[in-house]
Amino acid sequence: MTLDKLLVIAAALFCCGLYTVITRRNAVAVLMGVELILNATNINFVAFSFFLHRMMGGQIFAVFVIVLAAAEAAVALAIFLRMFSTTGTVEVDAANELKG
Amino acid sequence: MIRYAYIIPLLPLASFFINIAVGKRLPRKGDWLSLATILACLAMSVGIFLEVFRAYDPNFKYHVVTPWLTVGDRFTLNVGILVDNITAVMLLVVTGVSTLVHLFSIGYMHGDPRYNRFFAYLSIFSFSMLGLVLSESFFFIYVFWELVGLSSYLLIGFWFEKKSAADACKKAFIANRVGDFGFLIGTLIIFVTCGVLGYDQVFQAIGEGKLSGTLLTIAGIGIFCGAIGKSAQFPLHVWLPDAMEGPTPVSALIHAATMVAAGVYLVGRVYPMFTPDAFLFIAYIGFITLFIAATIALTQNDIKKVLAYSTCSQLGYMIMGLGVGGYTAGLAHLTTHAAFKACLFLGSGSVIHAVHSQDLREMGGLRKKMPITFVTFLIATLAIAGVPGFSGFFSKDMILAAALEFGMKNPHHYILFFGALFTAGMTAFYMFRLVILTFFGAPKDHHKYDHAHESPPNMWVPLVVLAIFSFSFWFKSPFVEKGWFQTLITKPATVANIARSPAAPAPMEHAAVMAPAPEVVSAVSHGTSAPAGTPHAASPAVHGESPEGASHGETPAGAARGAEAEHEAHLAHKAHAYAMYSSVAVGALGIFLAFVVYSLGWIDPVRVMSALKPLHTFLQNKWYFDELYEATVIGGSKALSRGLAWFDLHVVDGLVNLAAQLGVFVSFLVGKFDNYVVDGAVNGLASATIGGGSILRRLQTGKLHHYVFVLAGGALVIFLIKAF
Repeated sequence: MTLDKLLVIAAALFCCGLYTVITRRNAVAVLMGVELILNATNINFVAFSFFLHRMMGGQIFAVFVIVLAAAEAAVALAIFLRMFSTTGTVEVDAANELKG
Repeated sequence: MIRYAYIIPLLPLASFFINIAVGKRLPRKGDWLSLATILACLAMSVGIFLEVFRAYDPNFKYHVVTPWLTVGDRFTLNVGILVDNITAVMLLVVTGVSTLVHLFSIGYMHGDPRYNRFFAYLSIFSFSMLGLVLSESFFFIYVFWELVGLSSYLLIGFWFEKKSAADACKKAFIANRVGDFGFLIGTLIIFVTCGVLGYDQVFQAIGEGKLSGTLLTIAGIGIFCGAIGKSAQFPLHVWLPDAMEGPTPVSALIHAATMVAAGVYLVGRVYPMFTPDAFLFIAYIGFITLFIAATIALTQNDIKKVLAYSTCSQLGYMIMGLGVGGYTAGLAHLTTHAAFKACLFLGSGSVIHAVHSQDLREMGGLRKKMPITFVTFLIATLAIAGVPGFSGFFSKDMILAAALEFGMKNPHHYILFFGALFTAGMTAFYMFRLVILTFFGAPKDHHKYDHAHESPPNMWVPLVVLAIFSFSFWFKSPFVEKGWFQTLITKPATVANIARSPAAPAPMEHAAVMAPAPEVVSAVSHGTSAPAGTPHAASPAVHGESPEGASHGETPAGAARGAEAEHEAHLAHKAHAYAMYSSVAVGALGIFLAFVVYSLGWIDPVRVMSALKPLHTFLQNKWYFDELYEATVIGGSKALSRGLAWFDLHVVDGLVNLAAQLGVFVSFLVGKFDNYVVDGAVNGLASATIGGGSILRRLQTGKLHHYVFVLAGGALVIFLIKAF
């Protein structure tokens, strides 16, 4: 197991997440894409921390990110609920009221 | 009593305020209040006069002042009163005539709708005149002077419903204002040069030389201008005949005791400050007035107009008397004239009251119907005609003598005497014409004659009292050479051109015809008649510039001066004798002619009239003075006003309009600038913002994918930039 392989896995995971966020219309799916991106970064944090510094900073940061992701999911899902009650859908394309 | 003299003017003032405020609700509409206050004034005046008379001192003077207004440490305006012999006499004249006029008015004004106001006005008139007489400075005499003007305006225009009365009061006021302006200028000259306004202070300052030469002459003439207005002298005499539009008691008051007397009193009061040139001016103004007015009086048919012009003429005598150096003469005529002219006016009022007409052509034969009025009127007429034994003889004679003496010293001015003498004859003639047309002969209008009746006692009592005072023994007993009047009222020393001379009355005065101070006379002959051929100019002691030529010969510095004084006295005596004989002769001639023409009918007045048609028309129209003023002064004023109106309308308004149009034009430009430049900038900014916004809004699609795509793209770009 080398750093390079881990970075490739993380990059692949990041690309999958990005692709999901860009292509999916359902807000929940978009949120899932965001989770993938976050986890890709988590892998990077842990990998760099393990291979380069021999310290626990990266791991700790990754834990923070997981907590953050949980909180983000809670807030995002609450927003989607409000959105659904207002517009009757959770399609992100429907939320275009800020369009200039 | 004299200590309380300040109360005298205050009483009528109080009466005025009470009457004007609540007079209508007082019992009898307040006439008793005015009468009571003026009676109290009369009583006090009599007391003061007796006090002065008991002192019998030509230099008697009671003078109190108290500071009233202090301006820094430079100038203090005093308020005070001055009572000397003239004041005492004038107080008596004013209050006496005023009282009788009040009494007469109760009958005459009975039933008038503004009865109480009439008495209020009479009170303020008395107040003004008494204040004028008692004032001790130029400032206060000017204040009261204007008050007299105001109250005369109120009284002349009392029946203001009549247009003629309303016009007459305006005319009187304006004519007086013209004169008062001169007075003001004179006073201001005095104030500027001397810095004080009290008579004594001013005379002292002039004596010290603070004001002299031409400026002093101008100041004197300026002050005399006030007298010209008030005393109805030549250029401004036109108001007086018109003032007849007022109620007859007012005419009596104005013409006898108050208003017209004010001018003569003023000249007498400031007598020491006149220069010889000013005296000459005064004398000629008086002379012109007395002659013109008498000629007009010859032809008038309105009883009051005749009397008005006779007043004018008599005032001319007084002024001329003062001007030629007859100080005592002028003031004596003022006093005697007050009595007999008041009597004549009140008598004419009684006649008018009886026949309800003022036209002489509708009267006649009233002698039998109104015996008391007739007798008193006749006595007053004899007095004004200068018949010996009556008061007019006493005073007019003195004036003529003064004029003759002046002529003897200055042969260039003989015309003053002969003109005045001729006018004395005319006076006798027109006054007897009046008496004959009114009281003698057959009644011309039987309807009016039948209704005529003697006036009630409160109207004829004043007549009788005034007639009694028209005898000369009140002023001078026929058995003494010099009456009390001549003793008490003596000419004050002149202060003009003289360095600090004590005020010395001349004891050698004969019949009060005081020679004008020698230097005065010589300066006159010096200044006006170049050859200086008079005997006096040759004498060494008399020279206008010599400062020690001041005294009147009382303190002769040398034999020459003594001889001079003796010569003066001799001259005066001679002048007096000549003047007396000639005036009696002329007066008798005038009376005789009047009877010949109007009573005996030896000469038909109508034929004389038609023979002298142009002259008669000229005189009947009062020398066309009104027309002359209408054409010159009034027409000039109107033309000037029209010119100024044109100027206003075209030039001033044009400028204003031009400025306005310029303003409009500039505003137009500014408006355009606002509209296009300022608003353009603001709108341009706004539309630029809108345009920019509408372009930029396209970036904000609202599609989450776009944002994320751009985000990722951006990150990729940054990565690529970093990588290479």
